[in-house]
Order: sequence, then structure tokens, then C-alpha cells
Amino acid sequence: MELEQGAVQSSGSLLASPGWRWPQVRALLFNAFLYLLIVAGGIVFLIPFVWMVSTSLKTLPEIQRIPQPLLPEVIRWDNYYVAWTSLPFTRWFFNTAFITVVNIFGTLLSCSLAAYGFAYTRFRGRNFLFVILLSSMMLPYHVRLIPTFLIFNHLGWINTFLPLTVPAFFGTAFYIFLLRQFFLTLPKELDDAARIDGCNSLNIYWRIVMPLSKPALAAVTAFTFIDSWNDFLGPLIYLRQDSRLTLSLGLRMFLDFQEGTGDLHLMMAASVATLIPILIVFFFAQKHFVEGVTFTGLKG
Amino acid sequence: MTSQPQTAVAPAGKASFFGWWRWRRIEGYLFIAPWLIGFVAFVLGPFLASFFLSFADWNLVRPPTWVGLEHYRTMLTNDPKYIKSFVNTVYFTVFHVPLILVVALFVALLLNRQLPGIGVFRTLFYLPSVTAGVATAILWRFIFNYHYGLLNQAIGLLGIQGPNWLGSTKWAMPAFIIMSTWGFGSLMVLYLAGLQGVPRELYEAAEIDGATAWDKLLNVTIPMMSPVIFFTMIMTIIGSFQIFTAAFVMTEGGPADATLFYILYLYRSAFQWLRIGYASAMAWILFLVILALTLIQLKLSRRWVFYAGEDLA
Repeated sequence: MELEQGAVQSSGSLLASPGWRWPQVRALLFNAFLYLLIVAGGIVFLIPFVWMVSTSLKTLPEIQRIPQPLLPEVIRWDNYYVAWTSLPFTRWFFNTAFITVVNIFGTLLSCSLAAYGFAYTRFRGRNFLFVILLSSMMLPYHVRLIPTFLIFNHLGWINTFLPLTVPAFFGTAFYIFLLRQFFLTLPKELDDAARIDGCNSLNIYWRIVMPLSKPALAAVTAFTFIDSWNDFLGPLIYLRQDSRLTLSLGLRMFLDFQEGTGDLHLMMAASVATLIPILIVFFFAQKHFVEGVTFTGLKG
Repeated sequence: MTSQPQTAVAPAGKASFFGWWRWRRIEGYLFIAPWLIGFVAFVLGPFLASFFLSFADWNLVRPPTWVGLEHYRTMLTNDPKYIKSFVNTVYFTVFHVPLILVVALFVALLLNRQLPGIGVFRTLFYLPSVTAGVATAILWRFIFNYHYGLLNQAIGLLGIQGPNWLGSTKWAMPAFIIMSTWGFGSLMVLYLAGLQGVPRELYEAAEIDGATAWDKLLNVTIPMMSPVIFFTMIMTIIGSFQIFTAAFVMTEGGPADATLFYILYLYRSAFQWLRIGYASAMAWILFLVILALTLIQLKLSRRWVFYAGEDLA
């Protein structure tokens, strides 16, 4: 029994053990098979991305040849320059970056304050309000889309970034929930000790709870970045003027332009370019994405 | 529950004990105030407002008029496009939800072991969940291209001509189902977290009883994972009723409304045709459908969802 488990966990112990037994060989073969399955699956999974990059570096005749060559004959970095400068992508990049940064700041501030309120202070109706918060997560976004639009329209905020940034300062139910769950795992003694030292709640929030919650705050930052960067419906409804668009909206506009010319290689180059910031953030912060999921306490 | 010591030492200074105590009772409201204001202004208010708007006819230009249940009647009896968008969305949901749940669980089971380099694959499979947006919708639009698309090139290697995916009323919806399965990574991460929480002793006990790997999956893993599976099922169904960006970029609802999804039709009604009242009624039907589905699942869940804590409590 123990030997078999050892073999499952590391094939190293297999070599060290005297004599080969069938359960060990079986476990080894099984692991090798799984490995192959995972690698094959990973390759199939990755092909769309590889093809996307490869297409973005080809010429149009190369794309239209059948069978299509897997890799470009000559790598044409020029495609990126042509695609990027054919429409005001630089402008759209800064618009998107601005909206994203403001959203991250607003979300971190408002959600951590509310989460602290729910986790560390007592007030009448707290539990009731927390249930309201949880149920509001189930409410489809689209049910409140139209009246929200009417409000912002009434305020004259159409074609500004305000409808896309101001709501972040009023909290997001899911992130409040995530942070509150994390705050509750912090040792209660810290709070008591700080109170005896004369700290008020705001001090405890800012000097103790926030610095100790960096992993959870990082997860919220990562999620907010992705949501904000990829958002399409919001900008589609609120932004009209060409110079005010975001990357996702601009890319959709680029698609309409390319429909006429059929420049698929430029289309792919523009698409890859808009993904690069996401890929950079993802590879530096991938741990936080995965961790964020577990902070909600959603385990078996 | 956090219970603050209500009789703790009052802060030094002029503040009386009762003043301090009262402050401690209201400061909580200040911390949650931003959320509470936002909830009333951007969630509860609009939610109720859309209910009232659904009984009105309004195009933002002329003042609104009360039409009662007229919009609901039109939707159900006199708007084939609305019925089409509903049926399309249900069709997508029926295939998309089971498929993505099974794939995510299967891959999570594969990756839930100590093998060198396994973390790389976890990252890889998660990647499409973060890149989901216009760029990948454009990528898939091109993958499904009849002549030069990746998929038909691959099928062509087998000597078969693939269908004109997004240009065919029959194949456009399967194309959306294939594309959406690509984004199973976020579910997979949830399942991996869930699998970590299954106590090892349960497997050891099952092994002593002579259970095979299949027995262990059916009788240990799945029951222990059922709360997570249940949660993800509800959230995935809600999400799949709200598919929009991919449809807007890949097909714009075509061909012949074959991929006219619910939210796409809602968007057009509200923001292109300015039928504010009608679109609000659509939004409310969507809300009621999602609510009903969630409640039904909650009811059914008692039969299959197993909460490990309950036995002990």
C-alpha cells in the first residue's frame, strides 16, 4: 500500500526500491499516459494562440494559400506598425489604461472599506445587509443596465469616462465578499491589542488590516484589471466619439474597416497587440488569480 | 461573528464612555456607506426602475406613456425575433453548460497531482479566461473562416471539407459552443481548489475497502465536490444567458438570426431602436427566468448536493 502511493507521488522512489512490482509499473505507466494526455491537450489548447501570432506576422497571400504554411516565410513585424497606426490605437490604449487604473483604485478603496465594516464593526442590521450584498451578486447586470444608462444620460455623462469609472468607487459585491472573507481569517488578537493601544477603527483598517491583506488585495486588483480591460458593453453604450474609445471598442471598429479590405493579417496583429498588456499582467500575477478563487472559502 | 468588547477602555480624552459607545455603533455604517449608497443608486434603484419602465412606452424623445402589460403580450405572442432569441439562448445554454462543466472537472482531475511542470499547464488552461474579449472573439471568427480558418484547414487534412461555420444557420451555434468551451479555465481553477479540500483519509479508507479509481471518483470525489459543482452550475447558467460580446463581434446575430442571443436583442431594442420600455420588459423576463432556474436548482440540489459539515452538525 505504502509503496504504491510512493510510486504515484514520485517516480524517483521507484528506482530506489528493490525489484519492480506490478502495481509500481502500472502506476508509472498510468502517470506517463496522463502526462501525454495533458501535454497533448495543452498543445491543442495553445494552437489558436500560436496561429493568431503566426498569422499576424504573415503576408495576406500567405494566409490565403491552401494548405496554409504553419509559420510565416518572412516574419513581418511591420504588420504591427501598419495595423497600430492605421487607427488611433495609441490614443485608445491610453484611454483604456486610464479607465482601468481608476477602476482598480476605486474598487480597492470602496470594497476594502465595506469589507472592513462587515468583518470588524458591529451595527444594527449588519447581517441583513450582508445577505442583501450576497443576493445582489445573483442579480443579472442587464436588469439594471437601462435605468443606469438613463441616470448617466440625465447627468450628461455620455461620451465621458465617468459612467465607466465612478461606479467603481461604490463597491462591487463580489470583491467586498472576497475581502471580507479574507479579513475574517486575520487573527482577532491584533484588533484587540491595537484597541488597547488606543487605535481607532480607521487606524486599524489602514495600518493593520490593509497591510496584512496584500494577497487578497492583489487578487482584487488582478480581477478588476481584466474586467476593466476587456469590458465591451460598457464602452459600447457610453462612448461615441472616436478619440474617446477604448481598445476593445476600437478593435471592433477596426474589424469593420478590415471587412472591406480583407486584411486578416492586420486584423490579427491588432488583436494580438491589445492582448499584450493582459498577458504581461497575467504572467506576473497568475498566482493572485488562482489564490483569489480560494479566498472566498469556496472549497469542497 | 466578530464581537467587539463593548465595555472596553474608552479612549483617553474628553469623549464620554457613552459618546464613544454610540460612535462605535454608527461607524460601521460609515465604512459600508459607499457600497450602501452605490447599492441603492446603481443596483436596487435601477432594478426597481426597470420594472416600472417595462409597463411604459418610451423612446427618450416623447414623454413615456403607460401601456400596462402590452410589452409582455407582444413578446410572447407577436415578436418571433424575441422568441427566436430566447430559443437560441436556451439552445446555447443546454449544450454549453454541461460541456464546460465536464471538461473543466475532467482537466482539474488530470491536473490534481504532483507531477513536474504541472503548474505550467494550469496557467495555460487558465489563459483564455483572462483574454476573453473582443480580441479572442476576432480570433475565433477567423478560426471558423470557411476558406482560410484554422478549423477547416485541420478538417481538410482528413480530406473532408468543413462547414461554413459562422455563415450557416446550422453550424453557427455549434461554433459558439466550441468557442465557449475554450474558456473552461476559470471553472477548472475552482475545481482544483475544491479537490484540494477533499480529505485524503476518505480515499485511503476507500482503498482499504478495495475501491477502484472509478469507484473513488463516483463515491468520494464527486459527492465531496458537489457543493462546488452546484455553485459553478448556477453561475455558468446565469453567465450563459448573458453572452453578448462574442455574438456582437463574431456574427452580429446572423446568419438569419441563428445566433441572435437574448442580450444582443435586448441591446438593439434599448440602444439602437430606443425601445426603452420594451427592452426593460425583456430584462425583467430574463431576471425572472434566471430566478426560476436558480430556485429549481436549489430545490433539486437537496437530492444530489452533499454538504460534508451537515452530518456532524
